[in-house]
Formats: sequence, structure tokens, C-alpha cells
Amino acid sequence: MTTLNIADKTFTSRLFTGTGKFSSSHLMEEALVVSGSELVTVALKRVDIHQEDDDLLQHLNHPQFNLLPNTSGVRTAKEAVLAAQLAREALETNWVKLEIHPDPKYLLPDPVETLKATEELAKLGFVVLPYIHADPVLCKRLEEAGTAAVMPLGSPIGSNKGLKTADFLEIIIEQSKVPVVVDAGIGSPSHAAQAMEMGADAVLVNTAIAVAKNPVMMAEAFKIAVEAGRMAYEAGLGQSRQQARATSPLTSFLDD
Amino acid sequence: MYTFKDIFAQYDWDSVKADIYSKNTTDVERALNKSRRTLDDFKALISPAALPYLEEMAQLSHQLTQKRFGNTMQLYAPMYLSNECHNICSYCGFSFNNKVRRRTLSVKEIEQEIEAVKKWGYDHILLVTGEDHIKVGMHYFREVFPVFQKHFSNISMEVQPMDQHEYEELISLGLYSVLVYQETYHQADYRKHHLKGRKANFDYRLETPDRLGRAGIHKIGLGVLIGLEDWRTDSFFNALHLDYLEKTYWQTKYSVSFPRLRPFSGGDVAKVHISDRELVQLICAYRIFNEDVELSLSTRETEKFRNHVIKLGITSISAGSKTNPGGYAVEPESLEQFEISDERDPNEVAAMIKAQGYEAVWKDWDKVYGVE
Repeated sequence: MTTLNIADKTFTSRLFTGTGKFSSSHLMEEALVVSGSELVTVALKRVDIHQEDDDLLQHLNHPQFNLLPNTSGVRTAKEAVLAAQLAREALETNWVKLEIHPDPKYLLPDPVETLKATEELAKLGFVVLPYIHADPVLCKRLEEAGTAAVMPLGSPIGSNKGLKTADFLEIIIEQSKVPVVVDAGIGSPSHAAQAMEMGADAVLVNTAIAVAKNPVMMAEAFKIAVEAGRMAYEAGLGQSRQQARATSPLTSFLDD
Repeated sequence: MYTFKDIFAQYDWDSVKADIYSKNTTDVERALNKSRRTLDDFKALISPAALPYLEEMAQLSHQLTQKRFGNTMQLYAPMYLSNECHNICSYCGFSFNNKVRRRTLSVKEIEQEIEAVKKWGYDHILLVTGEDHIKVGMHYFREVFPVFQKHFSNISMEVQPMDQHEYEELISLGLYSVLVYQETYHQADYRKHHLKGRKANFDYRLETPDRLGRAGIHKIGLGVLIGLEDWRTDSFFNALHLDYLEKTYWQTKYSVSFPRLRPFSGGDVAKVHISDRELVQLICAYRIFNEDVELSLSTRETEKFRNHVIKLGITSISAGSKTNPGGYAVEPESLEQFEISDERDPNEVAAMIKAQGYEAVWKDWDKVYGVE
């Protein structure tokens, strides 16, 4: 399988993971190690940057993990830029997962503020991965603004409903010049495999692993599903057909 | 200006109550089998007809909470800054006519209290005062907020209702959320419970969340004081209020608390009783009605009750609480607002949370958010 390049990093695993909702930091660590994930997103609001022995960060101190601080909780571009700068200073990374969802109920992303923040953060030298609705035009605008990747949603965060936006994800994947990471709503390994088969470059999964009865086993299931989906994509899937091939074709009377 | 008062005026207490008590098993089953529930479904879920479905409601509430909030439990500490109060209320130890010594913490005393609270690991603090807009008004908050900002990522408050411009100023000083309970939505009987003082103004209190929403607050905490009036009818109005606020101030988060009347200095009688079973029903009903609202439980409840309900929909709890100014370090014996019931310290509560398969979350916000 091919590797994935985003900005200055190369990833073998195409499964990106989140760190919220786990019943303990220890269990989170175990699950994420098993998942093989090399990019792990951390909510800045959950980290105590003034504490050297912050529990969450201690459990993410593995060479395989690249930290991707996220701005979950901000409501405007201005807040997001400030949060990204704080994260850069605290966690020593210029990577940022841009999450601007002023609606705290469904956590749906604000496209206007996201575009504004991406423009500004890209100018400041950040590697920006914005969480967005599955909007093909916005993805192209973000490309022009200097985004390193796009992260369209499959369905609302934490809903586990799968790829409700599949038609738009296909357009985004077809048109995108930057990696496409399907983020949010992936509730089962089959959803992840489906995204990969469509040609998504990676998926980001949190809730489905964190709230599983056995998060470690579920993490492994996602690892396998993402690899299988990507392999299938690279192997070239056969075309599905709407109609059966007739055994007695209607045009068989024609001479060659 | 259109506010919740306009919505509230369209409802009649007795009609709502009659409607809740007339719900039947068909209504309950319909509510349970939907993917999105209406206020009418909420009526069914809090009705007596839903009690036989309690286990089913609990299972559903647990699943919905786990999906939305994961295996985590937010911890916060209340800090009482003052027991001064200009109101006379029938149910509160701080009532003006309760002849006990009053005190308001100085900045120096606050620093001592903060030190005691921080030792437990708290990063979210809830500031509580009586309602005395002179001694504990804006000038006081301007003085003490910077002290709290230095030590806490998240500052909430439960004080007297204020004007919009005052909330705007406090937000600029780092205020994250405000808890303001209507206590009861029974307008006629509200005056019987709130005899004197600014709190007697039903409408001003009713419109407080509107002023908070317009001020751009991050979170508003709602609730009724269970024990004053029929809890089912009061809870419907609280849910109606929540529903209106979510649609109107859509960038604000909401939480609901379930304070039950506790014994206090000067009295201890609840007019209306709610059983543990019914309180569980109410908690589950809120979760099933609204998958995203935060549900909070204080140390008013017993150890045993709190141990069990954290799996049923609750998302945040306090621990080791003192309900008197200076209670953590400065003057442990000063006047309490009410007696707490769960007296375990925060470490013991965190251990209980862990034993139940949850992570105790001490920090879930950052000062950098909300900076303008």
C-alpha cells in the first residue's frame, strides 16, 4: 500500500484517531497503540499545558504518535488563531486541526469562520487540517487558502451514522488536490472501509472506538478495516452495474 | 423585544399539569420509540404513566449519554463567596430574616479558599453568593474575577440575576457560564416562596437567560427547585424554556440541574415530595428528550444515589462541596445555604467514578477561548 503525505510528514497508517470519551487515559493509550494510528488529535481544552505531567499527554508520549492539537470549543476565527498559537507553543507543533463549531448542540462547522481562520493560519506557517461540512466548493476555497488537507464530515460528530454525505464526499475526493480525511460520524469499521474504498486518503475515528465495549479490540478492527478499504481502492474495484448482463442479448441478430 | 416571557404567556399551568397527568402508555411508548422527541413526548416521559418503563428509560438514557459524552464525568467545585442576601425566601438558609452572622470573603480570604480547592485538582469553579447587589455586586466581581482567572480555566457563577451589559462585562473578565434557576414556574405561588427582595420579581428572573444569551455567554444552567411545586409541571416549563433558548441563542450550551430541597438553617420542609425513583425518571426523561444538554447533580444527593445515577444521564457532578463562605479553609463553621448529603472528598468521588468505568475530567475548557 502507498503511504500518505501531508505537509512534511509521511504516514503509513491512514487511520487517524481522537482522544476524547475514553473511560481512562490508560485505556485510550492501549487502544491507540493497537490502532497503529500515527496522528492523534487532542483537544486543547482538555490539556493542562502548565502541568508537565498532564495525564492525557503522558499517555500519548509514544514515538509512533504525532500530536494534532484541535481547537474544539472555539466559536470564531479569531479564537481559533489564538488557540492554535497557544497549542503551537505548548505542544511544539505547527499542526492544527481547525474546529470551529459555534453550535454546541450538533457541533457543525462554521464554513465562513473556518475559511477565514485557514487563510490566516496558513500565512502564519501552520499546517492546517480543517473540519468542515462535505462542501466541494468550500474544499476548493480552502485549497486556495493554503490548507494542508480537508476533513469533511460523514455525518454529525459522535452520531455513528456513517457516510450520510457520500455523494458529496465522492465529488470532493474526485476534485481535491490535497488529501481528504473523512472525519466525524464513522461509527463502525465498515463505514471506515467504505470511505477508504471511495478513495478517501484517511479517516479520523474517535467515538466508535472510545465507547465500544472493548475499545482495544475495536481499535484493531478499525485498523484492519482501513487497511482493507485502502487495499481494495488501490487494487481497483470492479464496477458495480445497475443491470444484469442478459444471456440472450437483444442485439445478437446483428452481423459483425 | 421578544423573550421567553412571550412564549410562557401562551401556557397555562393547570392545563399543562392536566395534560401531563393524562398521558398513557401509548404516549410513553411513542416517545420511547422515536429518534427525535418533542415537548409533548417529554410530557409523556415525565408522566406517572412512564414509571413502569423506568428500566427501559434508564437503558436508553445511558446509551444516549455514552454516545454523546463518552465515558467521562466532569467535576466542578462550588465556592461560596458571600451569604449576604436581601431576599426573604421560604426555603433558603441565606434568607434576610434568618438572624445569623453574615460574611463576604475578601480577596485575601478568597486566595486561601482557592489554595484549598486547587489542592484537590479542580480547574472548574462555580462562584456562589446570596443576592445582595450592593455588597456583592459588580464592583466586587470586578475585584475578584482576576484572582479566579489566574487559577481556573473555567469560571461559572450562581448569583443574583443581572443586566445584559453587566453580563457582557463579566464575560470579558472570563465568565464562562451562569446558573440561574427559576425555582418555580408557578407564577401565582412564586410570590409565596419569594416574599421580599428583588427575587420577588418573577419576570426579571424569567428573562435572565435571554439577557445572558444576548450577552453571548458560553453556557446557561437551568433548573427548578424540586419541592416547591408539582415537579412534573415545573419540569415541563423548564424544558420549554430550554427548547426556546436552544433555538434562539443557538451558540450557547445548556445544562440542567436537579436541586431537591434540603434541610437548611431556619427550616427544612418541602411542600412537594419527589422520590428517588421519580428523580431518576426525570433525569432520564431530560436525556431522552435532549441528547446534548448537560445534566448536573450536586452533593445535595446521597452517596448511594450519586453512585448509581452517574450512569443514567448525568454528565457533571460536584464533590467535597462547602455551601458556606470560607467553608474550605477560612471559616468552616460559617452559615451554610443548605446541608450537603454526600460528604466524600473529591478524591473519593473521583475513585468512585473510576470504579464505575468513567474518567473524572477536571479540565475541559481553556482561558484562551472567548478572548475578544
